[in-house]
Amino acid sequence: MTVTQILFVVLSLMAVLSGLFTIFSKNPVFSALWLIVAFFAIAGHYILLNAQFLAVVHIIVYAGAIMVLFLYVVFMINLNKETEPNKPAWVRIAAVISGGMMMLTLVAALKGASLVPQNKSAEALNIGLASNLGKVLFNDFLVPFELSSVLLLAAMVGAVMLGKRQIH
Amino acid sequence: MQSLTNRSKVVVKKEMTFTEKMYLPAILNGMRITFSHMFKKSATIKYPEHVRPRSSVYRGQHVLKRDEAGAERCTACGLCAVACPAEAITMVAAERKKGEENLYREEKYAAVYEINMLRCIFCGLCEEACPKEAIFLTDRIVDTEYERNDFVYGKDKLVEPVEKDKRIDVSVRQNEKTLEFKTHSEYGHNQVWDPNKSLKKKSGH
Amino acid sequence: MLLAVLIPMLAYKGILVVIVFAISLGVAAYSTYAERKVSALMQDRVGPDRAGPFGLLQPLADGVKMFMKEEIIPNVSNKFLFILGPAISMMTALLTGAVIPWGPDITIGGNVYPLQVTDVNIGVLYLLGVVSIGVYGVMIGGWASNNKFALLGALRASSQMISYEVAMGISVITLILLTGTMSTAEIAEQQQGFVQDSWLGWNFFKNPVTFLIFFICALAETNRTPFDLPECETELVGGYHTEYSSMKLGLFLFAEYINMFISSAVMVTFFFGGYSAPFLNRFVTDPFWFPMLSTLVFLGKTIFFIFVFMWIRWTVPRFRYDQLMNLGWKILIPLSIINLVATAVGMWLTGKI
Repeated sequence: MTVTQILFVVLSLMAVLSGLFTIFSKNPVFSALWLIVAFFAIAGHYILLNAQFLAVVHIIVYAGAIMVLFLYVVFMINLNKETEPNKPAWVRIAAVISGGMMMLTLVAALKGASLVPQNKSAEALNIGLASNLGKVLFNDFLVPFELSSVLLLAAMVGAVMLGKRQIH
Repeated sequence: MQSLTNRSKVVVKKEMTFTEKMYLPAILNGMRITFSHMFKKSATIKYPEHVRPRSSVYRGQHVLKRDEAGAERCTACGLCAVACPAEAITMVAAERKKGEENLYREEKYAAVYEINMLRCIFCGLCEEACPKEAIFLTDRIVDTEYERNDFVYGKDKLVEPVEKDKRIDVSVRQNEKTLEFKTHSEYGHNQVWDPNKSLKKKSGH
Repeated sequence: MLLAVLIPMLAYKGILVVIVFAISLGVAAYSTYAERKVSALMQDRVGPDRAGPFGLLQPLADGVKMFMKEEIIPNVSNKFLFILGPAISMMTALLTGAVIPWGPDITIGGNVYPLQVTDVNIGVLYLLGVVSIGVYGVMIGGWASNNKFALLGALRASSQMISYEVAMGISVITLILLTGTMSTAEIAEQQQGFVQDSWLGWNFFKNPVTFLIFFICALAETNRTPFDLPECETELVGGYHTEYSSMKLGLFLFAEYINMFISSAVMVTFFFGGYSAPFLNRFVTDPFWFPMLSTLVFLGKTIFFIFVFMWIRWTVPRFRYDQLMNLGWKILIPLSIINLVATAVGMWLTGKI
């Protein structure tokens, strides 16, 4: 095994295990912390794919901002066992169905994937670097990129509306 | 409402101008002031090396004086203990034996003489009360200690050394005015307090 | 064959890492001394002067004191997370030193060595990433203390750092736009030569507003006055380190000083020419001494900014919480966006992009 393969195995194990811990820990704070570990493992995968830009942005956005807000909320609300309401049965069934659908989508998406190594041209190897990524985003995927920014803007407007005090 | 005097001031909360709202000029001005203070002389006096000048009548730690020949002046009369408003002084008197004339000046002396420095308020009444010029307050400062018991100073700490050059100078407290004051028995604490006498003196004023 | 090249390089990198580590710790240790001395001078006092000549051994005495103190871990807290908090704070503080270019390439015995631990092509983002992880040290430590004051301090710290990271990120994007690179070494290299392109070469003279925003955000990120609300002792006892004692408290306090040193170094790299010393190359051209002197110049500039940090601390009072949030969200972020757009338009008009 090469160094890359060993790193891949270690990072994958880390990602999967911390993902499982995220689900199975009883304390929500520990769940959030295990999720951060999972994010770091995934950032490690990005670096293995020679996409340092993606890795660092992944850490800044997910671990540095989103999970901090998650933790922030978890700290503020009391999530002890006694105060947690018992979920009705239909909520659980709905959760299982939506989780199953997510699983189905993933399986369907991965079914067609092949494990044949891609052609290792210099351009393909450096696709994760900032300049190449920028070229691809602003030439080939310009419309989806701008659409996603509009989506974010809509979410922001919605957050402002929710946060605004009602004036009667 | 109409104000009756024209001294009242109307408080105006005026709108800040743009430069004031930016705060940066104000902050820079503040930084200029703090920077200018870096070159000013510091107000600190480094205590153990440099001592702030004290008043000539500063009342600090007591000393029990010896006379010219080196004998202790204290005769254990107890007047200082009586005069002490804080009840800080205790003593045990003893009779001078033969052959001890060079140690004690009078026929009676204090075998034990203790001042509790935690009780003492350094008023100086013991010094005023003393008929033998034996106890004086000096400009020394009482040391800090770890135990409360260590603040009870015995004769080992109070009596001045025999050697001439190590004697503690109390001449500032023995100037003419002080000595003259001590001759006025009516102001002193050298006698038992007579209520009628002091009342008369007050009414005389 | 490969190993013959690799091993000396690795050894050199190892030595460099140790040197950077030692310099960070040393400067941070003497920053604690300097902080007390500067505050004393500004308040017409003397400051520490008993340990050694001029009190120069004071950091050592403080360190010994910290180690000798009793170690208290609250009974109800999560012990692992309680220890993890200061560890993360210290780790992230030290990690940032890796991408700072301390000087130009140095020639020792005919071999050329770079005076930078790693020149990653996304060094600027690496800095932002490590800084954003630094919040966790405070948050985890504050939560694991199981103390209301510590938790409130942790919440304040996290909200403050996230708020100011946005403005800082946008000002850094302006800088990337200005320099056209994300490598810290290249940013420093571009600012060599004091007069250049009829502009003064340093990025500060090209765009002072970016520097101002970055500087204010750096103050907020390092939890320095006037942004030291997380450890505001008048309201929160001690903030997130209320329950900490001994060297764990020491690590939290020390991390602040290392952060101060690193952010000063980053500011020098980004805006004040890095290791560029005006007119130095006219006097010294030796390939060993020129990099050495440049590094000294770099450290000198960094120390000046540490002094500015302290100067501000002993001048400006602490913000109120709503003032802090107003400044962050309503002033700095719009200002940084306007600055970004204005810089882009300006560069487009002058034909630089």
